[in-house]
Amino acid sequence: MSTIKTVGVAGSGTMGSGIAIVAARAGFRTIVYDVSQPSLDRARKQTEGFFAKSVERKKLTQAQVDTILGNLSSTTDIATMAQCDIVIEAVFENLKVKHELLAKLDAVCPPETLFASNTSTLSITEIAAGSGRDERVIGMHFCLPAQLMKLVEMSPGLRTSDEAFQAAWDLCKAMGQIPVKTKDNPGFILNYFLIPFNNDAIRMVEAGLAEPAEIDRAIKTGLGYAMGPLELLDLVGLDTHLLVAEALYAGTHEPRNQVPALVKRMIAAGHLGRKTGQGFYKYSGNAMFGG
Amino acid sequence: MSYKILSLGDSASFPGAHPLLDKAERDGDVALVLGNRVPEALERLGKRDGYRAVVVELDMECLGVYTGESRGEEGSNMLGFARFRLGSDPASNLIELVRQPATPQAAIDAARRVFESAGLQVAVCKDVPGRILNRLIRPYYNAALRRLDEGLASAADMDITLKLGLGYPEGPIGLLERTGLDRHYDVTQTLWEAYGDPGYVPARRAQIAKQRALVEAQVQAWTERDDEIADD
Repeated sequence: MSTIKTVGVAGSGTMGSGIAIVAARAGFRTIVYDVSQPSLDRARKQTEGFFAKSVERKKLTQAQVDTILGNLSSTTDIATMAQCDIVIEAVFENLKVKHELLAKLDAVCPPETLFASNTSTLSITEIAAGSGRDERVIGMHFCLPAQLMKLVEMSPGLRTSDEAFQAAWDLCKAMGQIPVKTKDNPGFILNYFLIPFNNDAIRMVEAGLAEPAEIDRAIKTGLGYAMGPLELLDLVGLDTHLLVAEALYAGTHEPRNQVPALVKRMIAAGHLGRKTGQGFYKYSGNAMFGG
Repeated sequence: MSYKILSLGDSASFPGAHPLLDKAERDGDVALVLGNRVPEALERLGKRDGYRAVVVELDMECLGVYTGESRGEEGSNMLGFARFRLGSDPASNLIELVRQPATPQAAIDAARRVFESAGLQVAVCKDVPGRILNRLIRPYYNAALRRLDEGLASAADMDITLKLGLGYPEGPIGLLERTGLDRHYDVTQTLWEAYGDPGYVPARRAQIAKQRALVEAQVQAWTERDDEIADD
Protein backbone atom coordinates (compact mmCIF):
# COMPACT_ATOMS: atom_id res chain seq x y z
CA MET A 1 0.00 0.00 0.00
CA SER A 2 1.59 3.25 -1.13
CA THR A 3 1.52 6.28 1.13
CA ILE A 4 2.41 8.53 -1.78
CA LYS A 5 -0.33 10.87 -2.97
CA THR A 6 1.42 13.26 -5.36
CA VAL A 7 3.94 12.20 -7.99
CA GLY A 8 6.26 14.67 -9.65
CA VAL A 9 7.92 14.03 -12.99
CA ALA A 10 10.86 16.18 -14.01
CA GLY A 11 11.29 16.28 -17.76
CA SER A 12 8.52 16.19 -20.36
CA GLY A 13 10.26 14.26 -23.13
CA THR A 14 9.15 10.83 -24.32
CA MET A 15 10.01 9.05 -21.07
CA GLY A 16 8.78 11.80 -18.74
CA SER A 17 5.43 12.04 -20.55
CA GLY A 18 5.01 8.27 -20.44
CA ILE A 19 5.78 8.08 -16.72
CA ALA A 20 3.33 10.90 -16.04
CA ILE A 21 0.63 8.99 -17.92
CA VAL A 22 1.33 5.90 -15.79
CA ALA A 23 1.06 7.87 -12.54
CA ALA A 24 -2.01 9.90 -13.49
CA ARG A 25 -3.78 6.84 -14.91
CA ALA A 26 -3.28 5.05 -11.59
CA GLY A 27 -5.07 7.89 -9.79
CA PHE A 28 -2.10 9.82 -8.45
CA ARG A 29 -2.08 13.59 -8.55
CA THR A 30 0.74 14.15 -11.02
CA ILE A 31 2.78 17.29 -11.69
CA VAL A 32 5.14 17.47 -14.65
CA TYR A 33 7.98 19.96 -14.43
CA ASP A 34 10.05 21.21 -17.35
CA VAL A 35 12.01 24.40 -18.00
CA SER A 36 10.39 24.63 -21.43
CA GLN A 37 6.70 25.59 -21.73
CA PRO A 38 6.58 24.53 -25.42
CA SER A 39 7.88 21.11 -24.38
CA LEU A 40 5.16 20.84 -21.71
CA ASP A 41 2.51 21.91 -24.25
CA ARG A 42 3.74 19.32 -26.74
CA ALA A 43 3.69 16.62 -24.04
CA ARG A 44 0.14 17.57 -23.01
CA LYS A 45 -1.02 17.34 -26.61
CA GLN A 46 0.59 13.93 -27.04
CA THR A 47 -0.89 12.75 -23.74
CA GLU A 48 -4.38 13.88 -24.77
CA GLY A 49 -3.88 12.09 -28.09
CA PHE A 50 -2.85 8.91 -26.28
CA PHE A 51 -5.95 8.96 -24.08
CA ALA A 52 -8.22 9.81 -27.02
CA LYS A 53 -7.01 6.56 -28.61
CA SER A 54 -7.69 4.74 -25.34
CA VAL A 55 -11.30 5.94 -25.51
CA GLU A 56 -11.52 5.06 -29.20
CA ARG A 57 -10.32 1.54 -28.44
CA LYS A 58 -12.76 1.35 -25.52
CA LYS A 59 -10.00 0.77 -22.99
CA LEU A 60 -11.14 3.80 -21.03
CA THR A 61 -14.33 5.86 -20.95
CA GLN A 62 -14.32 9.59 -21.62
CA ALA A 63 -15.29 10.15 -17.99
CA GLN A 64 -12.26 8.16 -16.82
CA VAL A 65 -9.99 10.11 -19.15
CA ASP A 66 -11.41 13.39 -17.89
CA THR A 67 -10.56 12.32 -14.34
CA ILE A 68 -7.04 11.23 -15.35
CA LEU A 69 -6.33 14.46 -17.20
CA GLY A 70 -7.72 16.33 -14.21
CA ASN A 71 -5.03 14.62 -12.10
CA LEU A 72 -2.32 15.81 -14.45
CA SER A 73 -0.87 19.29 -14.34
CA SER A 74 2.38 20.88 -15.47
CA THR A 75 4.66 23.68 -14.42
CA THR A 76 7.82 25.53 -15.32
CA ASP A 77 8.16 26.68 -11.71
CA ILE A 78 10.30 24.19 -9.82
CA ALA A 79 8.93 25.44 -6.50
CA THR A 80 5.66 23.70 -7.38
CA MET A 81 7.44 20.37 -6.93
CA ALA A 82 7.46 21.02 -3.19
CA GLN A 83 3.95 19.48 -3.23
CA CYS A 84 5.28 16.10 -4.37
CA ASP A 85 5.90 13.03 -2.21
CA ILE A 86 8.23 11.69 -4.90
CA VAL A 87 9.86 13.28 -7.93
CA ILE A 88 10.89 10.97 -10.77
CA GLU A 89 13.49 12.62 -12.96
CA ALA A 90 13.58 11.78 -16.65
CA VAL A 91 15.95 14.41 -17.97
CA PHE A 92 18.94 14.13 -20.31
CA GLU A 93 21.22 11.15 -19.55
CA ASN A 94 24.09 13.19 -18.18
CA LEU A 95 25.33 13.12 -14.60
CA LYS A 96 25.98 16.87 -14.42
CA VAL A 97 22.50 17.71 -15.75
CA LYS A 98 20.89 15.37 -13.23
CA HIS A 99 22.96 16.76 -10.35
CA GLU A 100 21.94 20.30 -11.23
CA LEU A 101 18.28 19.34 -11.33
CA LEU A 102 18.38 17.36 -8.07
CA ALA A 103 20.18 20.17 -6.27
CA LYS A 104 17.40 22.56 -7.30
CA LEU A 105 14.73 20.07 -6.26
CA ASP A 106 16.50 19.50 -2.94
CA ALA A 107 16.30 23.22 -2.27
CA VAL A 108 12.51 23.36 -2.71
CA CYS A 109 11.21 19.92 -1.68
CA PRO A 110 10.61 18.84 1.93
CA PRO A 111 13.30 16.53 3.32
CA GLU A 112 11.00 13.50 3.22
CA THR A 113 10.33 13.78 -0.54
CA LEU A 114 11.80 10.84 -2.46
CA PHE A 115 13.85 11.39 -5.59
CA ALA A 116 13.85 8.69 -8.26
CA SER A 117 15.90 8.56 -11.41
CA ASN A 118 14.80 7.01 -14.68
CA THR A 119 18.41 6.60 -15.76
CA SER A 120 19.12 3.56 -17.91
CA THR A 121 22.90 3.58 -17.64
CA LEU A 122 24.19 5.93 -14.94
CA SER A 123 24.95 4.85 -11.38
CA ILE A 124 22.19 5.58 -8.88
CA THR A 125 24.79 6.05 -6.16
CA GLU A 126 26.59 8.66 -8.27
CA ILE A 127 23.35 10.42 -9.12
CA ALA A 128 22.33 10.34 -5.45
CA ALA A 129 25.65 11.84 -4.41
CA GLY A 130 24.60 15.14 -5.96
CA SER A 131 21.09 15.16 -4.54
CA GLY A 132 21.66 16.43 -1.01
CA ARG A 133 19.63 13.43 0.25
CA ASP A 134 21.32 10.32 -1.02
CA GLU A 135 19.49 8.04 1.42
CA ARG A 136 16.21 8.96 -0.31
CA VAL A 137 17.24 8.41 -3.95
CA ILE A 138 16.13 5.33 -5.88
CA GLY A 139 16.62 4.09 -9.43
CA MET A 140 13.32 3.58 -11.26
CA HIS A 141 14.04 2.70 -14.86
CA PHE A 142 10.84 2.52 -16.89
CA CYS A 143 10.92 0.85 -20.30
CA LEU A 144 10.06 2.68 -23.49
CA PRO A 145 7.18 3.37 -24.09
CA ALA A 146 6.52 3.76 -20.37
CA GLN A 147 2.75 4.11 -20.78
CA LEU A 148 2.58 0.64 -22.36
CA MET A 149 5.42 -1.33 -20.78
CA LYS A 150 4.86 -2.75 -17.30
CA LEU A 151 8.45 -3.43 -16.31
CA VAL A 152 10.39 -1.09 -14.03
CA GLU A 153 13.99 -1.86 -12.99
CA MET A 154 14.42 -0.63 -9.43
CA SER A 155 17.82 -0.10 -7.87
CA PRO A 156 18.91 1.18 -4.50
CA GLY A 157 22.09 3.24 -4.34
CA LEU A 158 24.73 2.35 -1.79
CA ARG A 159 23.22 4.79 0.73
CA THR A 160 19.53 4.39 -0.14
CA SER A 161 17.49 3.56 2.98
CA ASP A 162 15.34 0.43 3.03
CA GLU A 163 12.33 2.57 3.89
CA ALA A 164 12.83 4.83 0.85
CA PHE A 165 13.29 1.86 -1.48
CA GLN A 166 10.20 0.14 -0.10
CA ALA A 167 8.10 3.31 -0.53
CA ALA A 168 9.18 3.60 -4.18
CA TRP A 169 8.56 -0.13 -4.69
CA ASP A 170 5.04 0.18 -3.25
CA LEU A 171 4.35 3.18 -5.49
CA CYS A 172 5.51 1.22 -8.52
CA LYS A 173 3.08 -1.57 -7.74
CA ALA A 174 0.29 0.88 -6.96
CA MET A 175 0.81 2.36 -10.43
CA GLY A 176 0.14 -1.11 -11.88
CA GLN A 177 3.75 -1.66 -12.90
CA ILE A 178 5.91 -4.74 -12.37
CA PRO A 179 9.07 -3.83 -10.41
CA VAL A 180 12.21 -5.94 -10.44
CA LYS A 181 15.11 -5.29 -8.08
CA THR A 182 18.59 -4.99 -9.51
CA LYS A 183 21.93 -3.91 -8.14
CA ASP A 184 23.15 -0.40 -8.92
CA ASN A 185 25.06 -1.64 -11.93
CA PRO A 186 25.74 0.10 -15.26
CA GLY A 187 22.87 -0.76 -17.59
CA PHE A 188 21.04 -2.57 -14.77
CA ILE A 189 19.66 -5.74 -16.39
CA LEU A 190 18.12 -4.74 -19.71
CA ASN A 191 20.80 -2.55 -21.21
CA TYR A 192 23.61 -4.56 -19.66
CA PHE A 193 22.54 -7.53 -21.78
CA LEU A 194 20.96 -5.79 -24.77
CA ILE A 195 23.75 -3.39 -25.75
CA PRO A 196 26.57 -5.95 -26.17
CA PHE A 197 24.19 -8.33 -27.94
CA ASN A 198 23.26 -5.61 -30.44
CA ASN A 199 26.90 -4.58 -30.80
CA ASP A 200 27.81 -8.18 -31.65
CA ALA A 201 25.09 -8.26 -34.32
CA ILE A 202 26.47 -5.01 -35.79
CA ARG A 203 30.00 -6.46 -35.78
CA MET A 204 28.65 -9.48 -37.65
CA VAL A 205 27.32 -7.16 -40.38
CA GLU A 206 30.54 -5.14 -40.29
CA ALA A 207 32.60 -8.29 -40.86
CA GLY A 208 30.33 -9.37 -43.72
CA LEU A 209 29.42 -12.66 -42.02
CA ALA A 210 25.75 -12.32 -42.93
CA GLU A 211 23.32 -9.73 -44.25
CA PRO A 212 21.12 -7.92 -41.69
CA ALA A 213 17.98 -9.69 -42.92
CA GLU A 214 19.66 -13.10 -42.54
CA ILE A 215 20.76 -12.31 -38.97
CA ASP A 216 17.32 -11.05 -37.99
CA ARG A 217 15.63 -14.05 -39.58
CA ALA A 218 17.95 -16.40 -37.68
CA ILE A 219 17.18 -14.73 -34.35
CA LYS A 220 13.43 -14.65 -34.92
CA THR A 221 13.12 -18.18 -36.27
CA GLY A 222 15.70 -19.87 -34.08
CA LEU A 223 14.87 -18.19 -30.79
CA GLY A 224 11.32 -16.92 -31.26
CA TYR A 225 12.21 -13.27 -30.67
CA ALA A 226 9.64 -10.80 -31.95
CA MET A 227 12.29 -8.62 -33.60
CA GLY A 228 15.83 -9.17 -34.78
CA PRO A 229 18.60 -7.02 -33.29
CA LEU A 230 19.12 -4.99 -36.45
CA GLU A 231 15.42 -4.26 -36.87
CA LEU A 232 15.38 -3.18 -33.24
CA LEU A 233 18.41 -0.93 -33.72
CA ASP A 234 16.72 0.74 -36.69
CA LEU A 235 13.63 1.32 -34.54
CA VAL A 236 15.57 2.71 -31.58
CA GLY A 237 17.87 4.79 -33.78
CA LEU A 238 21.60 4.34 -34.13
CA ASP A 239 22.24 7.75 -32.55
CA THR A 240 20.39 6.62 -29.43
CA HIS A 241 22.23 3.31 -29.45
CA LEU A 242 25.53 5.19 -29.61
CA LEU A 243 24.65 7.33 -26.59
CA VAL A 244 23.55 4.41 -24.45
CA ALA A 245 26.41 2.14 -25.51
CA GLU A 246 29.04 4.81 -24.88
CA ALA A 247 27.62 5.42 -21.41
CA LEU A 248 27.60 1.69 -20.71
CA TYR A 249 31.15 1.27 -21.98
CA ALA A 250 32.31 4.18 -19.84
CA GLY A 251 30.83 2.45 -16.81
CA THR A 252 32.10 -1.05 -17.52
CA HIS A 253 35.04 -0.94 -19.96
CA GLU A 254 33.85 -4.32 -21.20
CA PRO A 255 34.94 -4.76 -24.86
CA ARG A 256 31.53 -5.95 -26.07
CA ASN A 257 29.98 -2.67 -24.94
CA GLN A 258 32.27 -0.63 -27.16
CA VAL A 259 30.37 0.74 -30.14
CA PRO A 260 31.49 -0.79 -33.46
CA ALA A 261 33.00 1.68 -35.93
CA LEU A 262 30.21 0.94 -38.39
CA VAL A 263 27.72 2.74 -36.14
CA LYS A 264 29.62 6.02 -36.33
CA ARG A 265 29.98 5.69 -40.10
CA MET A 266 26.24 5.07 -40.47
CA ILE A 267 25.43 8.05 -38.25
CA ALA A 268 27.78 10.24 -40.30
CA ALA A 269 25.94 9.10 -43.43
CA GLY A 270 22.57 9.93 -41.89
CA HIS A 271 21.58 6.27 -41.71
CA LEU A 272 20.06 6.47 -38.24
CA GLY A 273 17.31 3.92 -38.80
CA ARG A 274 13.58 4.28 -39.38
CA LYS A 275 13.52 7.96 -38.49
CA THR A 276 15.77 8.87 -41.44
CA GLY A 277 14.41 6.25 -43.82
CA GLN A 278 17.58 4.18 -43.79
CA GLY A 279 19.54 2.20 -41.27
CA PHE A 280 20.39 -1.45 -41.68
CA TYR A 281 17.29 -1.52 -43.89
CA LYS A 282 15.72 1.00 -46.22
CA TYR A 283 12.26 2.26 -45.37
CA SER A 284 9.55 3.80 -47.45
CA GLY A 285 6.57 4.67 -45.26
CA ASN A 286 5.92 1.58 -43.21
CA ALA A 287 7.24 -0.83 -45.82
CA MET A 288 10.56 -2.49 -45.16
CA PHE A 289 13.07 -3.48 -47.81
CA GLY A 290 16.03 -5.78 -47.31
CA GLY A 291 19.29 -4.02 -46.54
CA MET B 1 13.53 -28.02 -57.33
CA SER B 2 14.03 -31.79 -57.08
CA TYR B 3 16.48 -33.21 -54.57
CA LYS B 4 17.85 -36.48 -53.33
CA ILE B 5 19.03 -37.35 -49.83
CA LEU B 6 22.05 -39.39 -48.95
CA SER B 7 21.97 -40.20 -45.25
CA LEU B 8 24.81 -41.85 -43.32
CA GLY B 9 25.09 -41.89 -39.54
CA ASP B 10 23.06 -39.88 -37.05
CA SER B 11 21.48 -36.64 -38.21
CA ALA B 12 21.10 -33.99 -35.49
CA SER B 13 19.19 -31.76 -37.91
CA PHE B 14 16.65 -34.35 -39.03
CA PRO B 15 16.53 -37.12 -36.44
CA GLY B 16 12.89 -37.98 -37.18
CA ALA B 17 10.06 -37.51 -39.64
CA HIS B 18 9.98 -34.21 -41.51
CA PRO B 19 8.46 -33.02 -44.81
CA LEU B 20 12.01 -32.46 -46.12
CA LEU B 21 12.63 -36.19 -45.89
CA ASP B 22 9.23 -37.08 -47.37
CA LYS B 23 9.66 -34.96 -50.48
CA ALA B 24 13.06 -36.31 -51.49
CA GLU B 25 13.33 -38.19 -54.77
CA ARG B 26 15.65 -40.98 -55.97
CA ASP B 27 17.59 -38.44 -57.93
CA GLY B 28 17.47 -34.67 -58.16
CA ASP B 29 19.09 -31.33 -58.99
CA VAL B 30 20.33 -30.94 -55.43
CA ALA B 31 21.98 -33.54 -53.20
CA LEU B 32 21.47 -33.29 -49.43
CA VAL B 33 24.01 -35.17 -47.34
CA LEU B 34 22.58 -35.92 -43.90
CA GLY B 35 24.22 -37.52 -40.88
CA ASN B 36 27.56 -37.34 -39.15
CA ARG B 37 29.55 -39.44 -41.63
CA VAL B 38 30.05 -36.72 -44.21
CA PRO B 39 33.38 -37.86 -45.78
CA GLU B 40 32.04 -41.36 -46.34
CA ALA B 41 28.77 -40.02 -47.76
CA LEU B 42 30.62 -37.74 -50.15
CA GLU B 43 32.65 -40.71 -51.36
CA ARG B 44 29.44 -42.59 -52.06
CA LEU B 45 27.87 -39.59 -53.78
CA GLY B 46 30.72 -39.63 -56.27
CA LYS B 47 31.00 -36.89 -58.87
CA ARG B 48 29.46 -33.69 -57.53
CA ASP B 49 29.63 -31.46 -60.59
CA GLY B 50 26.29 -32.58 -61.94
CA TYR B 51 24.30 -31.14 -59.07
CA ARG B 52 23.18 -27.54 -58.76
CA ALA B 53 24.18 -27.80 -55.13
CA VAL B 54 25.53 -30.42 -52.75
CA VAL B 55 24.53 -29.52 -49.21
CA VAL B 56 26.20 -31.31 -46.30
CA GLU B 57 25.03 -31.39 -42.71
CA LEU B 58 27.39 -29.73 -40.26
CA ASP B 59 27.68 -30.01 -36.52
CA MET B 60 30.10 -27.54 -34.91
CA GLU B 61 32.68 -27.92 -37.68
CA CYS B 62 33.18 -25.59 -40.62
CA LEU B 63 32.39 -26.49 -44.22
CA GLY B 64 36.05 -25.92 -45.13
CA VAL B 65 36.88 -29.16 -43.32
CA TYR B 66 35.26 -31.01 -46.25
CA THR B 67 36.03 -28.64 -49.13
CA GLY B 68 39.49 -27.43 -48.22
CA GLU B 69 40.34 -23.72 -48.31
CA SER B 70 42.78 -21.65 -50.33
CA ARG B 71 43.58 -17.95 -50.47
CA GLY B 72 40.06 -16.89 -49.47
CA GLU B 73 38.91 -17.89 -52.94
CA GLU B 74 37.29 -21.20 -51.99
CA GLY B 75 33.75 -21.90 -53.07
CA SER B 76 31.93 -24.39 -55.25
CA ASN B 77 28.50 -25.94 -55.52
CA MET B 78 29.06 -27.48 -52.09
CA LEU B 79 27.41 -25.76 -49.11
CA GLY B 80 26.91 -26.65 -45.47
CA PHE B 81 23.85 -26.46 -43.29
CA ALA B 82 22.69 -27.04 -39.75
CA ARG B 83 19.19 -26.92 -38.34
CA PHE B 84 19.43 -24.83 -35.20
CA ARG B 85 18.74 -26.54 -31.91
CA LEU B 86 19.20 -25.13 -28.44
CA GLY B 87 20.47 -27.84 -26.12
CA SER B 88 17.84 -30.49 -25.51
CA ASP B 89 15.10 -28.51 -27.27
CA PRO B 90 13.62 -29.98 -30.45
CA ALA B 91 15.27 -28.72 -33.64
CA SER B 92 13.92 -25.31 -34.65
CA ASN B 93 12.58 -24.30 -38.04
CA LEU B 94 15.81 -22.45 -38.83
CA ILE B 95 18.39 -23.66 -41.31
CA GLU B 96 21.74 -21.89 -41.16
CA LEU B 97 23.05 -22.27 -44.70
CA VAL B 98 26.81 -21.96 -44.95
CA ARG B 99 28.52 -20.50 -47.98
CA GLN B 100 32.14 -19.81 -48.87
CA PRO B 101 33.56 -16.66 -50.45
CA ALA B 102 33.25 -17.91 -54.03
CA THR B 103 30.12 -20.04 -53.70
CA PRO B 104 27.99 -19.34 -56.80
CA GLN B 105 24.72 -17.53 -56.07
CA ALA B 106 22.88 -20.17 -58.16
CA ALA B 107 24.02 -22.89 -55.75
CA ILE B 108 22.90 -20.85 -52.74
CA ASP B 109 19.52 -20.18 -54.34
CA ALA B 110 19.04 -23.84 -55.22
CA ALA B 111 19.85 -24.98 -51.66
CA ARG B 112 17.63 -22.29 -50.17
CA ARG B 113 14.68 -23.35 -52.34
CA VAL B 114 14.99 -26.98 -51.24
CA PHE B 115 14.75 -26.10 -47.54
CA GLU B 116 12.03 -23.51 -48.04
CA SER B 117 9.96 -25.99 -50.01
CA ALA B 118 9.80 -28.08 -46.83
CA GLY B 119 8.58 -25.11 -44.74
CA LEU B 120 11.95 -24.24 -43.22
CA GLN B 121 13.40 -20.72 -42.85
CA VAL B 122 16.89 -20.16 -44.21
CA ALA B 123 19.58 -17.74 -43.02
CA VAL B 124 22.71 -17.64 -45.16
CA CYS B 125 26.05 -17.00 -43.49
CA LYS B 126 29.75 -17.36 -44.06
CA ASP B 127 31.70 -20.40 -42.93
CA VAL B 128 32.59 -19.39 -39.37
CA PRO B 129 32.48 -21.29 -36.06
CA GLY B 130 29.10 -20.85 -34.38
CA ARG B 131 27.60 -19.53 -37.62
CA ILE B 132 25.01 -16.83 -36.71
CA LEU B 133 23.08 -17.89 -33.65
CA ASN B 134 25.62 -19.60 -31.43
CA ARG B 135 28.11 -16.87 -32.20
CA LEU B 136 25.61 -14.21 -31.14
CA ILE B 137 23.78 -15.70 -28.20
CA ARG B 138 26.46 -17.58 -26.27
CA PRO B 139 28.22 -14.48 -24.88
CA TYR B 140 24.80 -13.22 -23.73
CA TYR B 141 24.04 -16.50 -21.97
CA ASN B 142 27.50 -16.55 -20.39
CA ALA B 143 27.06 -12.97 -19.17
CA ALA B 144 23.68 -13.84 -17.65
CA LEU B 145 25.19 -16.78 -15.75
CA ARG B 146 28.11 -14.68 -14.57
CA ARG B 147 25.91 -11.80 -13.43
CA LEU B 148 23.67 -14.26 -11.58
CA ASP B 149 26.74 -15.40 -9.63
CA GLU B 150 27.65 -11.77 -8.97
CA GLY B 151 24.21 -11.03 -7.54
CA LEU B 152 23.01 -8.49 -10.13
CA ALA B 153 19.49 -9.79 -9.52
CA SER B 154 17.73 -13.03 -8.72
CA ALA B 155 17.34 -15.58 -11.51
CA ALA B 156 13.60 -14.94 -11.54
CA ASP B 157 14.04 -11.15 -11.77
CA MET B 158 16.64 -11.42 -14.53
CA ASP B 159 14.39 -13.71 -16.54
CA ILE B 160 11.24 -11.65 -16.10
CA THR B 161 13.11 -8.43 -16.92
CA LEU B 162 14.36 -9.78 -20.23
CA LYS B 163 10.96 -11.26 -21.05
CA LEU B 164 8.92 -8.17 -20.23
CA GLY B 165 11.49 -5.59 -21.25
CA LEU B 166 12.59 -7.07 -24.56
CA GLY B 167 9.74 -9.44 -25.39
CA TYR B 168 11.99 -12.51 -25.32
CA PRO B 169 9.91 -15.70 -25.04
CA GLU B 170 12.08 -16.98 -22.21
CA GLY B 171 14.71 -15.59 -19.87
CA PRO B 172 18.30 -16.84 -20.17
CA ILE B 173 18.59 -18.61 -16.83
CA GLY B 174 15.36 -20.60 -17.14
CA LEU B 175 16.15 -21.39 -20.76
CA LEU B 176 19.66 -22.68 -20.05
CA GLU B 177 18.58 -24.77 -17.08
CA ARG B 178 15.74 -26.25 -19.15
CA THR B 179 17.81 -27.04 -22.24
CA GLY B 180 21.00 -28.13 -20.47
CA LEU B 181 23.82 -26.07 -19.04
CA ASP B 182 26.23 -28.87 -19.89
CA ARG B 183 25.30 -28.49 -23.55
CA HIS B 184 25.92 -24.75 -23.29
CA TYR B 185 29.35 -25.69 -21.99
CA ASP B 186 30.05 -27.86 -25.05
CA VAL B 187 29.17 -25.10 -27.50
CA THR B 188 30.98 -22.31 -25.66
CA GLN B 189 34.10 -24.41 -25.11
CA THR B 190 34.27 -25.03 -28.87
CA LEU B 191 33.79 -21.34 -29.65
CA TRP B 192 36.30 -20.30 -27.00
CA GLU B 193 38.88 -22.58 -28.62
CA ALA B 194 38.00 -21.21 -32.07
CA TYR B 195 37.99 -17.50 -31.27
CA GLY B 196 39.97 -17.07 -28.04
CA ASP B 197 37.35 -14.45 -27.15
CA PRO B 198 36.70 -14.26 -23.36
CA GLY B 199 32.97 -13.86 -24.03
CA TYR B 200 32.88 -17.54 -24.99
CA VAL B 201 34.70 -18.92 -21.95
CA PRO B 202 32.13 -21.29 -20.42
CA ALA B 203 30.55 -19.63 -17.40
CA ARG B 204 31.20 -21.19 -14.00
CA ARG B 205 27.69 -22.64 -13.78
CA ALA B 206 28.12 -24.30 -17.18
CA GLN B 207 31.48 -25.74 -16.11
CA ILE B 208 29.92 -27.19 -12.96
CA ALA B 209 27.00 -28.63 -14.94
CA LYS B 210 29.42 -30.28 -17.37
CA GLN B 211 31.52 -31.74 -14.56
CA ARG B 212 28.37 -32.98 -12.86
CA ALA B 213 27.17 -34.61 -16.09
CA LEU B 214 30.54 -36.39 -16.37
CA VAL B 215 30.35 -37.54 -12.75
CA GLU B 216 26.81 -38.84 -13.27
CA ALA B 217 27.92 -40.70 -16.39
CA GLN B 218 30.80 -42.25 -14.42
CA VAL B 219 28.47 -43.30 -11.60
CA GLN B 220 26.13 -44.84 -14.18
CA ALA B 221 29.04 -46.76 -15.71
CA TRP B 222 30.13 -48.05 -12.29
CA THR B 223 26.58 -49.11 -11.45
CA GLU B 224 26.26 -51.00 -14.72
CA ARG B 225 29.65 -52.67 -14.18
CA ASP B 226 28.66 -53.71 -10.65
CA ASP B 227 25.38 -55.11 -11.97
CA GLU B 228 27.26 -57.12 -14.57
CA ILE B 229 29.66 -58.49 -11.94
CA ALA B 230 26.70 -59.44 -9.73
CA ASP B 231 25.01 -61.17 -12.65
CA ASP B 232 28.18 -63.17 -13.32
